[in-house]
Amino acid sequence: MKSFKITASVLALAASATMAEARDQIRIVGSSTVFPYTQAVAEEFANQGGTAPIVESTGTGGGMQIFCGGVGADFPDITGASRAMKKSEYELCVQNGVTDITEALIGYDGLAIAVSRANTTDWDLTLEQVYKALAAKVPVDGKLVDNPYKMWSDVDPALPATPILAYGPPPTSGTRDAFVELAMHKGCEATDYAKSLKETATKEDYAKFVEEDCSRMRQDGPFVEAGENDNLIVQRLEADPNAVGIFGYSFLYENLDKLKDVKINGVEATQETIASFEYPISRPLYFYVKNAHRGVIPGLNEFIAEYASEEAMGAGGYLAERGLVALDDAKLKEVQDALTNAVNMAAPEK
Amino acid sequence: MSDMTNPTTARPRFDWKAPAYEALIRKRRRSEVWLKTAGLVSISLALGFLALMLVALTATGYKAFTQTHVTIEVPISPDNVDSADIFGSNWRRVMQASIANMFPDLDQAGLKEAGAILSNGAQFLVRDAVIADPSLIGGVLTITVPTSDPFDQLNKGLVDRDTPEGNRRVTDAQIAAFDKLVAEGRISTPFSWGLFTSPDSRFPELAGLKGAFIGSGYLLLVCFAIALPIGIGAAIYLEEFAPKTRFSDLIEVNINNLAAVPSVVFGLLALSVFLNWFGLTRGSPLVGGMTLALMSLPTIIIATRAALKAVPPSIREAALGVGASRQQVVFHHVLPLAMPGIMTGTIIAMAQAIGETAPLLLIGMNAFMTSAPSTPFESATTLPTQIFIWADSPERGFVSRTSAAILVLLAILVMMNGLAIWLRRKFERRW
Repeated sequence: MKSFKITASVLALAASATMAEARDQIRIVGSSTVFPYTQAVAEEFANQGGTAPIVESTGTGGGMQIFCGGVGADFPDITGASRAMKKSEYELCVQNGVTDITEALIGYDGLAIAVSRANTTDWDLTLEQVYKALAAKVPVDGKLVDNPYKMWSDVDPALPATPILAYGPPPTSGTRDAFVELAMHKGCEATDYAKSLKETATKEDYAKFVEEDCSRMRQDGPFVEAGENDNLIVQRLEADPNAVGIFGYSFLYENLDKLKDVKINGVEATQETIASFEYPISRPLYFYVKNAHRGVIPGLNEFIAEYASEEAMGAGGYLAERGLVALDDAKLKEVQDALTNAVNMAAPEK
Repeated sequence: MSDMTNPTTARPRFDWKAPAYEALIRKRRRSEVWLKTAGLVSISLALGFLALMLVALTATGYKAFTQTHVTIEVPISPDNVDSADIFGSNWRRVMQASIANMFPDLDQAGLKEAGAILSNGAQFLVRDAVIADPSLIGGVLTITVPTSDPFDQLNKGLVDRDTPEGNRRVTDAQIAAFDKLVAEGRISTPFSWGLFTSPDSRFPELAGLKGAFIGSGYLLLVCFAIALPIGIGAAIYLEEFAPKTRFSDLIEVNINNLAAVPSVVFGLLALSVFLNWFGLTRGSPLVGGMTLALMSLPTIIIATRAALKAVPPSIREAALGVGASRQQVVFHHVLPLAMPGIMTGTIIAMAQAIGETAPLLLIGMNAFMTSAPSTPFESATTLPTQIFIWADSPERGFVSRTSAAILVLLAILVMMNGLAIWLRRKFERRW
């Protein structure tokens, strides 16, 4: 009993100690896609004499939940996002008193579809083919049926006669959301079935069709959810030359000696094509700053300035070296201005 | 009585040579052989998998225990380094001057490419060396720094020079520059102490386990300080004092069940109680230790109870017989005798705790930090969560670093379990 009392008092002491202690490190949460870039800035910031920030990869949605939890030392200062903040998340923020937020566009990230270099085919797919190969339901002869395609040549006779096998991100991943929205929806809407439905059905029904039937990935084997670890997908692709993998462009960039890109609509994923949106599966990356913490958390302003600096976010900056597709000069200037003046973002529309 | 004195005559004689009996015996022997083979097969399968894992880890991991270094001369010219503000001087330019000296026949673009051979951390190593010895300003500093990851891979033979130039991270010109350095004898591949003494970094060549070691150490300390007294206290009460009622039976069943609860559940509990309710620091070893203490409690209680049970009742009775109180019996006689068993159980529980990942991910111990924590109240990473972060990093160098970190963690686990066995062997008493 005595020992229990001691432990209890130690605990209470420790709890009060941490609560009383003001925070002198910057805390950052958010998307796993933005994580490597924030990591790079954090390390540079620490090397230049700042206190090393704490960067945690929680996923975009998870990051928003923690970020919008409130104002104060217990809540993070910045969250990274691989999509813009949603209306519901903004409302959560406002509800908890987080009203002053600055949105900063960091740059762009492409989603690459890649195969092993051992694969000899020169791959070039349209989004419609991607959709047909990987969706749960596809239109056949004017009817939506369970995906019957087993081989790429079933989707289109011009494609190689190898079994469809794709390794991709699980539903919890922001990469999956982006892939569904950017590749599957577009591919789905490009089918004749969707085009004729768009003309005949009501707007709500069509939206429902896109939201439900175009979004579901097939569960019968050819699409394999490979977990959040993209390195694992790279290893599987090496082991099986016929498999394709779906992951962030930075993983393709690091493994170009083992993997090659699958062109989409004839466009290869490169820094240039992703920045110009010529490569169709590319998305913007953001971070959000809690302005109430500026001037309270030491170093926050300097950290933000480092993040948006030419050396980091610029075209030849160290983030680009890590695979980020940089903004053009005019946009970068805009972001820098918004950050230095702590311009509050408007409530998102959806 | 007669069949007692001469039992053989009373029973019918078995003819052991009869074919029917011989067949029976053969069948028995056969099934024995089968059982033995099945046992051998399963043991060799288990050992085979273990060996496979170790071989795979070692094959990818051993390369991370060495790190390619390059010895360079850095002119510390007063033009670039301001003796009043050494820290804030333009160290990038200092390094550029050093590269230009090494490759006099390269143009500006070529120098930029060759500069990529040095790790990004090189300029900070030079900076720290000059801060430590300001008299270097105006002179030349000879220093050995790590190369960047692509050249570390090149030096270790992990880059195939025959692949087309566009498909590898190093260009032909960079390979030529690197080969020149090799020819000049500047490249060395010493043991990578940095793997143990540096904190985490986004550059594989600079990343180390220091933060993870300290984080895991604090976490174990907190876990031990909480779980051991509570666990032993609970076990003593249940074993020595608690009346055997329905209620104490219920508690016992619950403790045994608690030992089988998936660890991630404790993580969720900690998230809502320690972080959201108590408001403790996210990702601190304090919170991690408290969470893992909850997880280790059942193991410690069960092991302690078993150890207390193993102390013969005669010792308790003898102590009571000479007038000891029940509390004196426990603390003077039973507990000291049970201590080796308790320590063994505790060490095994701690070994389990050091390898635990899932609950720590939920309470944010997988954050990236380039500095090690100085108190248990600051955010930190632990060994398993550091492995988790590295396994998810795109840079090629982290593949071998991940395997190396797993090997380090396994070595620690083996040492802890070995300590447990040694303690048991040394102090175990048989009655």
